[in-house]
Amino acid sequence: MSSIDKQLIQRKMGKRTFQNKLLKAIFFMCIIFSILVLGALIIRVVSQGITHLDWNFLTSFASRFPEEAGFKAAVVGSLWLMVIVAPVSVFLGVGTAIYLEEYAKDNRFTRFIQMNISNLAGVPSVVFGLLGLTFFVRLMEMGRSIMAGGLTLSLLILPIIVVAAQEAIRSVPNDQYEASFAMGASKWQTIRRIVLPSAIPGILTGSILALSRAIGETAPLLMIGALTFIAYLPENVWDGFTVMPIQIFNWTGRPQEEFHFVAASGIMILLFLLIIMNSVAIYIRNKFSKRY
Amino acid sequence: MQKKMLSLFMLVALILIAACGNGDGSDNGSSENSNENTSEAAETTSGDVAIDGSSTVFPIMEAVSEEFQSSHEDIRVTVGVSGSGGGFEKFINGETDISNASRSIKEEEKSALEENGIDFTEIEIALDGLSVVVNEENDWVDELTIEQLKQIWSESSDVTTWSDVNEEWPDEEIEFFSPGTDSGTYDYFSEVVLGENQIKRDAALSEDDNVLVNGVTGDQNGIAYFGYAYYLENKEDLNVVPIVNGDGEAVEPSQVTIQSGEYEPLSRPMYIYVANESVQNDAVYDFLTYTLDNAGTLAEEVGYVGFTEDHYQEAQGKIDSLR
Repeated sequence: MSSIDKQLIQRKMGKRTFQNKLLKAIFFMCIIFSILVLGALIIRVVSQGITHLDWNFLTSFASRFPEEAGFKAAVVGSLWLMVIVAPVSVFLGVGTAIYLEEYAKDNRFTRFIQMNISNLAGVPSVVFGLLGLTFFVRLMEMGRSIMAGGLTLSLLILPIIVVAAQEAIRSVPNDQYEASFAMGASKWQTIRRIVLPSAIPGILTGSILALSRAIGETAPLLMIGALTFIAYLPENVWDGFTVMPIQIFNWTGRPQEEFHFVAASGIMILLFLLIIMNSVAIYIRNKFSKRY
Repeated sequence: MQKKMLSLFMLVALILIAACGNGDGSDNGSSENSNENTSEAAETTSGDVAIDGSSTVFPIMEAVSEEFQSSHEDIRVTVGVSGSGGGFEKFINGETDISNASRSIKEEEKSALEENGIDFTEIEIALDGLSVVVNEENDWVDELTIEQLKQIWSESSDVTTWSDVNEEWPDEEIEFFSPGTDSGTYDYFSEVVLGENQIKRDAALSEDDNVLVNGVTGDQNGIAYFGYAYYLENKEDLNVVPIVNGDGEAVEPSQVTIQSGEYEPLSRPMYIYVANESVQNDAVYDFLTYTLDNAGTLAEEVGYVGFTEDHYQEAQGKIDSLR
């Protein structure tokens, strides 16, 4: 009566376990490959950069002597840039996401905007640089300032934040909306008390990852005329600036080999900052996601 | 819809605030604060000097600015790297005081400047000798003429192996490494050597000259050309090819031969272009004077070749006459 043919299963079992093992091996190789590449990169950077990495490196300006070259202006420039990029991009990004998810009707226009946002996420960063140059630097007469650079980078990462925030808002269970409305809450109350608290881990993770991308961008900033040599610290958002990736790029192109080591030290600092930012993202996600 | 209008409005408001703030924040504000009661009040000027342009000239201007900055703390010098063309674009827009270039200004850039009413002065700040190099183990190439270089590098010629150039040389395929088409180095080489011809299509192009160095050191049949500084730094691992000059002599690039003009036609000047109006600004004038006093020595420190003293004095005269 049994519809299970034990013998047939026995015969096929060998092939199936083999298949299983094969696929497991393939996927394992995938992860090993990426870890090896990453490991090789990190080992190379650290072994080259560690010799040059000291307090002086962080507290002095760029120099024609590799021993004296420092990263100060670049680190401070990058941090200044974040002062603009973080509030502007998160505010605009989350605002857009809330509107699109909560208020916008599902019509052709909304879908058109939605599609464009996704497309924008794939536009090469140089194009955003051109946009920043014509719009912020020239038209708005901001000059080659931190403000112009910050707004350009904000636009660059805006689509990423919008998509991440939308995703997070969409994952809030419908029951909770209905419960909230049933209690007589208005739309805004629902968004503020119910939707945002439960979407915040996703929103913040997406935002911080987007900011990490902004901190590593060179092309759009070169386009709008960010500087390479600057021996003073910016005092306000209208000053000129340089950022870490520009300095690193400049050092790697130098003929003197010692400058390549200096660049490696710079990469270490940049990686360190990125790790910190990503750790914060993970911490926030874990902390808030336990609430529900 | 209301919400959207609101966020649009906020964006516009933000941008407006940004735009307004600029008027009182930047350039002109910095000149009056500070240093009224310093002891040497006569010497201290303050202000900004904005420089941008070629990445090839950058190391020289970085060196000058670094030295200048340490003795003139009230003047803020900034140097950007947008490439020769990008630098001119900013110069034409009146955004910079000095534009660095590894080539001389083009006609269309000149007329654009004229249109915007910007008069400028061209100054040759240092020399670079394009060095043609081959692998360390390549002991057969002892000299090349410009004509031979043209044969070797032109796509249209039928030279593919060393023996095609000279029958005594090995019958092995030449591997080409060239700076990218965006670089001034490529422009100069193609103007002087290739003329109308296209560069070999299988040449490996790279914007990073270190990649070219690695290419030639790693390939016995490699040939490349790049700035003198890159050759100087990798002297031990490469063979430089003496180039036959107009007098029929094969000359190796060196400090002496580049400065004296014997190493030609592959020596080229590095330029800075100064907006005449900016020279009226004391900060820019001081900076230029300092540059012309020190460019020779500083250029050599970073791997370029300086001109003789007379050249810089002549340039100083040009600058002075503008005031």
